[in-house]
Parts: sequence; structure tokens; C-alpha cells
Amino acid sequence: MYHYDQYDQQMLTDRVAQFRDQTDRYLAGKLSEQEFLPLRLQNGLYVQRLAPMLRIAVPYGLLSSQQLRKLAFIARHFDKGYGHFTTRQNIQFNWPALEDVPDILAHLAEVEMHAIQTSGNCIRNTTTDQFAGVARDELEDSRPYCEIIRQWSTFHPEFAYLPRKFKIAVCGTRVDQAATQVHDIGVFLVAGPDQAVGFRILAGGGLGRTPVIGQEIFEFVEKRDLLTALEAILRVYNREGRRDNKYKARIKILVRESGLDDFRGKVMAEWARIRGGPQTLTDAEIERCRAYFVDPPYLSLSDEPDALGQALADNFLFASWYQHNVHAHKKPGYASVTVAFKETGVAPGDVTDVQLEVLAQLADEFSFGEVRISHRQNVVLADVEQQRLFDLWQRLSSDALASSNHGLLTDAICCPGGDFCALANAKSIPIAEAIQRKFNDPDELHGIGELSLNISGCMNACGHHHVGNIGVLGVDKKGEEFYQLSLGGSSRNDASLGKILGPAFAQEDIPEVIGKLLAVYRAHRDPGESFLETYRRIGMAPYKEQVYAKAD
Amino acid sequence: MPKLIKNGQIEEDRWTLLKEASGPEVLQAVPGKNFLVPLQFWQRYADEMASYAGEFAVWLDSDERAEEIGDELHSIPVIALNFPVFTDGRSYSNARELRERFGYRGEIRALGDVLRDQIYYLSRCGFDAFAIRYDQDPEACLRAFEDFRDSYQSSIAEPDPLFRRR
Repeated sequence: MYHYDQYDQQMLTDRVAQFRDQTDRYLAGKLSEQEFLPLRLQNGLYVQRLAPMLRIAVPYGLLSSQQLRKLAFIARHFDKGYGHFTTRQNIQFNWPALEDVPDILAHLAEVEMHAIQTSGNCIRNTTTDQFAGVARDELEDSRPYCEIIRQWSTFHPEFAYLPRKFKIAVCGTRVDQAATQVHDIGVFLVAGPDQAVGFRILAGGGLGRTPVIGQEIFEFVEKRDLLTALEAILRVYNREGRRDNKYKARIKILVRESGLDDFRGKVMAEWARIRGGPQTLTDAEIERCRAYFVDPPYLSLSDEPDALGQALADNFLFASWYQHNVHAHKKPGYASVTVAFKETGVAPGDVTDVQLEVLAQLADEFSFGEVRISHRQNVVLADVEQQRLFDLWQRLSSDALASSNHGLLTDAICCPGGDFCALANAKSIPIAEAIQRKFNDPDELHGIGELSLNISGCMNACGHHHVGNIGVLGVDKKGEEFYQLSLGGSSRNDASLGKILGPAFAQEDIPEVIGKLLAVYRAHRDPGESFLETYRRIGMAPYKEQVYAKAD
Repeated sequence: MPKLIKNGQIEEDRWTLLKEASGPEVLQAVPGKNFLVPLQFWQRYADEMASYAGEFAVWLDSDERAEEIGDELHSIPVIALNFPVFTDGRSYSNARELRERFGYRGEIRALGDVLRDQIYYLSRCGFDAFAIRYDQDPEACLRAFEDFRDSYQSSIAEPDPLFRRR
């Protein structure tokens, strides 16, 4: 992974001092609430229902064991002993005291971590595939480019006061795991003319109250032109994005209101002026960043060792976990493992200080000391020897981290919702828990198969409900919490936005309604067909009929 | 009088700001001043300005563009860019455009809701003068230039991004 040199470290040190001064001035009454707001947000600090919330950046989801131990320390000393993995591969703490935040940032800086630009109207953490660098279907490792974008976007002086937040994702694989098309900018590594790898760049995607799939701005740019292309898009957005209405301020609205051709024309005019300028990447810089992401010292092994076959044959629970949580790896004899943080009764994505330390230990023993956070709020050990999978599974089981529900109904994405978030219209965690309780039979769960359930407590869509195969959106109706369901969303390459099923339901009805939807699926599915595939084939009508049929 | 920081020092401001609503009659009322006028004034009252014994400079609001000034751009000693509120980030891009696209070398002044915590980024985008808001501490604002020792991106003072220097 990337390691800081003296420049990176100095910037972080300066940032901690700057924020300490800003916090002191705020607490002394010299900085108004309104003036402190964007400063604290750009350091990840929200003021929430119960306490401030601090969101810490995990650049493109990658963490070392040393960083995990530091996060465990912070959870224990400054929080109530737990944190929460977010859908943007970050981690947030729900209970820090405002006056402690400068100290927390100083602790983080010791392990090359920070909370820079994890909130506010600026360029946020760049995200990517949790299997970057180990996926079999990868054209090229996306992480060096994420790091290049991270550095360019960090403290970018021109783009600290954008009309609204701005999210960039990078995808280097054939199967998009990072929901890249629903980001403000989506960058795809692609082979261009003469097979040289470059980028295809989309803009104007996003979720929130107006979900949109991004549109192509650059069909192909060479690697060296990456930053000037991004800068051109950002400059047009900064100057022309709407600032009169925060619900219409995202770039997707600008692209829609100006029309794709007009928007693209402006970007191209801007790019023509800056292309080839000083921000043009050098081969040396690309190589410098790539050098941080070379393969770890893999052993020479072969796939499917005997010990693994034996363990799979002997142990049904292990076999079930293997089927859902273990993923193919580019290197023979290795596998990637998803550790699911979706235990029933625990908010999806929640992680305790002890679990963070267990992860650190397992990363050291099994996966070259690194983990990745996925946008589905799980953790990935990316480089595990297949011959040690059974060993790892036993260790996870003894720490209650061996849920085999990865990719299944109960592996829900869920925002913190009304229990924690000041923006939410409705609670979301209890919905996830009620569904997990109703569908707690592993056989039934595996029988249903691959299905993404995404739950948001309001239309800001932190739980990505639009792109869930089943989406749940909390709405407020005259002070009461109701839930609207949608079907058919996907965040993969075949990205699609879910369609609303019909009138909203009360909280207690949701598990039963989900049950009815699944019954329709099971009645109609062709062999091997997933929930999404069946829905796409048969359409909305049968689901609607089943759910809203009058009892007579 | 609003405080002005220019080239890293606190200075006396020799310009008188004309707000949007002003018409040319103000020129007769106060002779011998140097006026910082809105873009519209600049465009509409060329004759009145030509016959006035004093200098003129222009200020642009955040939704106005430098290209509207036209060819005279380079002869204007000061171009001020307004911040109606400090969270309106358009003038950052407008300053960069003035320096990088048009090659403007006169003073670029930040005007309006200009606060201590914006100064570092403003200076990197090409502003070299800051008419700080009345309640800002000028000494604290001077320290803002040292908020960071280095930065990743290209800036007006240091066009080479860090990756070309590290």
C-alpha cells in the first residue's frame, strides 16, 4: 500500500495544527457556528442527533494492521468501543467529543490516516473495487490511480467550496464492484487504440433524491491526461453548478439541465486550455505510485489443494462459508475472503474495538498485514492461501465473524438511519435486523441465492437503495415512519435504478412483504436464475399483485 | 475603512468601492478618487470615466466572467472578485482563469465575505490582495499564508505540482 514520504506527513501535521487552531477559536467563540461548519465538515466532523460523528478516510478502502489497531484504540478511548464501516469504504465513530477531535486526528496522523474531505462540499474519498490488484478479471490495478487522484484532490485550493459534495470512483475490473457508474465521476481503466491502457470517464452519475447513471464525457484519455481531464470537469462544475438550491446542486443536475452535448463541449474547451500543462502526469509519477502496489511475496502454490478439498467435504458449515465468502484470486493457490459484518442484531457495518484487533491479527497472520473495506460494508482479506482457508474460517468462527451470508439477502447495506443521523426520515437499522431475524435459516437463505438488499433512512440514499435488487427507503408521512420498496436496482456493470413497487408500508410489515416478493421469485424463477434476472424477465406486475392483493 | 492585505502585508487601501446600485453621478460628487467599479458600470460609463480625474479598476461578482471585460483587461490595475458568501467557490476558478488563461498580471483582490480560513487557498489560486471582512484579525490573516508548508497541486505561485518536485 501507499506510504507517506516527508511531504505527505508534513501536510498532515500542518492539517492537524490548523484544525486544532480552528477548534480552539470555535470553542472560544471567535469563529461562528456557520463559519466553523465547512471547516469541521472538511475534517469529517458532523454534529448529529446524540453526539458529533467523526468520519475517517480510508483511501480506496485499504487498511494496514497497524492502522486497524489504531482505530481500535480510538474506538476504545474516544468512543463507546465501536465504529461503523460506511458504503464509501470509510469508517466513522458516533460518540467522540468535539474537543477531543484534534487529539484523535493527531493519533491518526501517526499511522498516515486522517479525516480530510470525508464530508463537506468538496472532493471526497476516492473509492474502488475491494478486489483491486487481486481480481482475475482486472485490466490493471486501479489503486495507483486512486492514490494519484487522492493527492490531486487533497486540499485542492480551487475545489474546496463546490456547489455540493463530489465523489469519484475508479474501476479496473470487468465486473464493476464499486458502483462506479453512480458516482459524480466514474473512471474506468480501458484499453485504447494500440492496446495502451487509459481511461474512459463518465460524469453526472449519483444517487440521492434524483438517481442517475453517469454519462460518457471522455471516451478515452491517455494516462498522463487523467488529472487535467478531471480538473476540466470540476472547473465547469464549480462555476456552473447550481448554488441556489442544495437539492439541485449535484453535477448530475448540471449535466441534465445543460444537456450532455453542451456540458461536454464546455469540458472539452476547458481541457483544451490545460491539457499538456503542469498537471500532466509524468511516467515517473505513475511508476512511483505503481511501485507501492506491487504484488506481495506470494508463494508458488497450486489451486484447490487436497487439504481444502478434504475440509470442504468434511464440514458443511465451512463449505457454505466457502461458497459465499471466498473469491477467486489471480494467483494460483490464493483466494480472497469476505468477512461479513452483518451479524443479526448488530447494525450492518458496525465493528467493535476487539473485532478491529482480531482483524489486525488475522491480517498479519493470513493476508500480508492488510485488509480492505468494501462498499457493501464488509471487510476483505485479499491474499489468503487456499490451504489455510479452513484454519482462517475456524479462527473467524471462534470470534463470531464467520457469517456465510455474503452476497445474500441478510448481507444488507444499511445507513445509520434515524437512530443516529440528523438527516434521516426514518430508522433503517431495525429494518435490517427484522429482515435478518425473519430469514435466519441458512438453507432458506442460500436457496434464495444472490440478492442485494439496500436500506436508506432518507432520500439522501447513503444506503444506496436505488441500486439494491430490493431497495428500502424510509419516508416520513405526517410524523410517522413508512418504508417505500423498489425492485430491480443494480450497481454492477448492468447498472440499473430500481422501480418503486407501490404505496409505502409500516415498519412491522416489511419482513412479511419481503417474504411475499421472494415467494413470487421462487415461483417464477428458471433454474439458476437470480432474483434480479427473474425480475428483469417477468417485470413488476406479479410482485405488485402478490403484495397488494386484497384479502377476500 | 476595510483592512487590506496585499503581498503579505497590511496596507492602506487606495481604492474606493462602488456597489452595484451606483450611477455615474457619484463621480461628480467625489472628485479625485480611485474607484473600484462593478462590471456593468465599467461597460456602460466609459465616457464618464474617461473624463474623470482619477483611476478605475473593476470588480466581478462570482457569476460574472473575466472575458466580459474584453481587450482592456491587461491595462486595469486591479481586478477584484467578489465573495457574496464565503462558501461560494466560483471566484477561486475565476481567479485561476484570469492568471492562467488570460495571463493577467495586475492585482487580483478578494472582496466581500473574505475570512482568515479561506486565505491560504485563495492565495494559491492567484489572489494577491485580500479586503478582509471588517471583523477579521489582520495579524491572524497574515499567519494564514503559512497554514501549509507545501501542497500537492499546481498553483499560481508554484506551477509545478509536487509530483514534479519530489
